[in-house]
Amino acid sequence: MNRIEINKVSKKFGSFQALNNVEFEVREGEVYGFIGPNGAGKSTTIRILLGIIQATSGHATIFGKDVWKDAVEIHRKVAYVPGDVHLWENLTGGEVIDTFLSLKGQLNKTKRDHLIDLFQLDPKKKAGTYSKGNRQKIALISAFASESELFILDEPTSGLDPLMEKVFQQCVEEVKKQGKSVLLSSHILSEVEKLCDRIGIIRKGEMIESGTLDDLRHLTRTNIRVETEKSASILGDVPGVHHLFLDKGVYSFQVDTERLSEVMKELSQLGIKSIESNPPTLEDLFMRHYHSEDQLNKG
Amino acid sequence: MLYDKVIQLLFFTCRQNRKASLIWTISLVGVTVLTASAFTGLYQSDQERQSMAQTMENPAMTAMVGPGYGLDNYTNGAMMAHQMLLFTAIVFAVMSILLVTKMTRAEEEEGKLELLRSLPVGRLSSLSATVIFVTILNIVIGLLIGIGLIAMNLVGMGMTGSILYGLTLTVTGLWFTSITALISQLSETSRGVVGLSFLVLIVAYLLRAIGDVSSEVLSLMSPLGLVLRTEVYVQNYWWPIFVTILMSLVFTLIAFYLNNKRDLGAGLLLSKPGKREGSRWLLSPLGLILRLQRTTIISWIIVMFFLGASYGSVFGDLEAFFENNEVLMQMLGDNRGYSMTEQFTTMLMVVLAIMATIPAVLVFLRVRGEEKKGRTEHLLTRGISRFSLIAHYLIIAILLGIVSLFLANFGLWFASSQVMEEPITFVNLLKAGLSYLPAMLLVLMIAVLLFAWKPKSTPLVWLYLVYSFFTVYLGGLIDMPTWLADLSSFSHIPQLPVDDFNWTPILILLFISTVGLVFSFISYRRRDALG
Ligand SMILES: Nc1ncnc2c1ncn2[C@@H]1O[C@H](COP(=O)(O)OP(=O)(O)OP(=O)(O)O)[C@@H](O)[C@H]1O
Ligand SMILES: [Mg+2]
Repeated sequence: MNRIEINKVSKKFGSFQALNNVEFEVREGEVYGFIGPNGAGKSTTIRILLGIIQATSGHATIFGKDVWKDAVEIHRKVAYVPGDVHLWENLTGGEVIDTFLSLKGQLNKTKRDHLIDLFQLDPKKKAGTYSKGNRQKIALISAFASESELFILDEPTSGLDPLMEKVFQQCVEEVKKQGKSVLLSSHILSEVEKLCDRIGIIRKGEMIESGTLDDLRHLTRTNIRVETEKSASILGDVPGVHHLFLDKGVYSFQVDTERLSEVMKELSQLGIKSIESNPPTLEDLFMRHYHSEDQLNKG
Repeated sequence: MLYDKVIQLLFFTCRQNRKASLIWTISLVGVTVLTASAFTGLYQSDQERQSMAQTMENPAMTAMVGPGYGLDNYTNGAMMAHQMLLFTAIVFAVMSILLVTKMTRAEEEEGKLELLRSLPVGRLSSLSATVIFVTILNIVIGLLIGIGLIAMNLVGMGMTGSILYGLTLTVTGLWFTSITALISQLSETSRGVVGLSFLVLIVAYLLRAIGDVSSEVLSLMSPLGLVLRTEVYVQNYWWPIFVTILMSLVFTLIAFYLNNKRDLGAGLLLSKPGKREGSRWLLSPLGLILRLQRTTIISWIIVMFFLGASYGSVFGDLEAFFENNEVLMQMLGDNRGYSMTEQFTTMLMVVLAIMATIPAVLVFLRVRGEEKKGRTEHLLTRGISRFSLIAHYLIIAILLGIVSLFLANFGLWFASSQVMEEPITFVNLLKAGLSYLPAMLLVLMIAVLLFAWKPKSTPLVWLYLVYSFFTVYLGGLIDMPTWLADLSSFSHIPQLPVDDFNWTPILILLFISTVGLVFSFISYRRRDALG
């Protein structure tokens, strides 16, 4: 069953079209990565899912229930971590966490203390004096200490140090093991690559890609470095090869992944001395979308 | 350099606050000039004014609006200044407190100041720009009021008096500008600054009320008592103006000194480590909301009691005053079967009811502040429905309104029973006081409605409350078209014990409030819960 289902959701702020027919779903036991440039509409989508703002058109459900009408019921089993955590200055971190957990009716002290330890938070400080990362930890601890089936995380690690990022990744893997689902919006591509089963890319309010990382890789290019006996400059004319460079006898270029086998055939005739191929990273994928936009703008 | 780029920041401040400044200017100048013309048309003969003067001389009025002066020749000017100057000065104080807080601590809290400070801007530039801006605004409004009064060319309101009238208001504004600038160095949160500054204002008012009735020294210790010593339109003393300016300068200097010394974002009142766990109390929406407003609620409860008590403490003098004043007794007196004391009580009741509405509205509007800061999200995404959220705030507001009203009346009764020969019975007083609850509920309904429907315009509810105050207060003094007064919910409540109790207006008010609240709940569920 799908935990989240978003069906042609659009949102207008006045005349500004923030979302345009956004569609994707998050399945049971899956971590779904939600990426896109600044202002693309990630937080807007998430706020719609949380029933904080209402979609102008389209339909979204969580656990099969309408996100706007059944918000309260849904929220009993959803944990949310906002990107910008604003807290009440005069309450301590410990007080905030306990309040959040009891609001959901799920104050489990063992779990809470374990997480406070794990994230190395001093819960006795006033929230007004916490650093950005520490405020984020409070939101994360409140989320992971709760008994939720679905975690909606909006750039949850933007303020965490690398050590804490590791802890966060452990937490995500832990809940995934328990068959829970996670919607993770993030700009940290390595994190998304490591954690996510499927990925959706949004740009200017429109979903431009959605699928597993492998699916998406097929849409992109593989990086190849090769040393050959004969000159490989003819590769420049082979369709599907891009950015061919020669440096100290080593050719480096990119190949459209769907053309890979044809290019390999050509290469084998040139006598391969050594070859190194790198699967496209998410970053490549991401950059390519930026790139095509730039070209569109110029053209 | 400490003051680099002050001028640029000043322009920046103007740009950001021009709308608010314009609204303050227009309403303050407009209300003053209109009231002045209303006063002059009111009493044709000196004789009428003279009898008015006699009523005004009583201690209850003195406690409320300040000492009367020039009563042997109660000109229009003297009358206007006596009845309007203090309240208008309080509005100047409120304006200055709100503007200064918004430009200093609120900016700092939101991290905007940090951005500015990272630019080549002096450490004291931002505070300087604020102080200069609010000072200029106070001067401009004061002068415009003075010029407006001169331009009206009214009998008994001369040139010097009019200018002094305006400047008296200006210096009150300056005093509170500087004290707020100082307080904003002490407290870490903008709510703390507003709270402390209003506390100063309220203490200043109470000190003056008690002082004006019993001890001149006490009055002089209060800025509000001090500025009234100008005796505008009669003696036109200038020394209080200079003394007040001097005090403002001192406070400003201290504020600058502290601002220069402290860290950005820090206050001087340090925060200590607190609890590791949330107490059982805190762990419900009700507990959380109450806890967040604990200080506000407790302070207002105390203030309301003392406000009632200070009005009550003059009742002994009031009784004696009417007994010794046979002319007045005959003129207005017992012929209706109610003592003059009781008639004055009705007026105090309205004032107390409107005052008690302030904490109720304040506590409710906190939900808007929370929304703006992105914190209602925490509750709304944790199984609290919108209905429940808004209902919690509303119920706390209503309860606080009731408690405030009750305590104000209790304070009034308690203090008056100590000093009166024939004390008013508590039950009667309470009946009169609590009859105003429906009027209070209607104001709360307006707050809820604005929040649910047009969240950006929630501050308008304060305008309605101030309007109510002035119509009810002035309605007793000048001939105001009834429809103007009728716009205020408070004018529909029967004034016990002088009027008979009447259910009709009460039920109508309750009905309107209920309809408004239902409508609000529906529209809040429909709108985006964004700041
Ligand atoms: N309340 C609002 N009123 C008007 N426009 C808005 C509002 N909220 C968001 N927007 C606009 O909608 C677009 C999407 O914003 P959103 O916050 O969803 O971006 P995002 O993908 O989360 O970006 P980031 O990666 O920077 O967090 C932006 O162009 C933003 O300016
Ligand atoms: Mg965002």
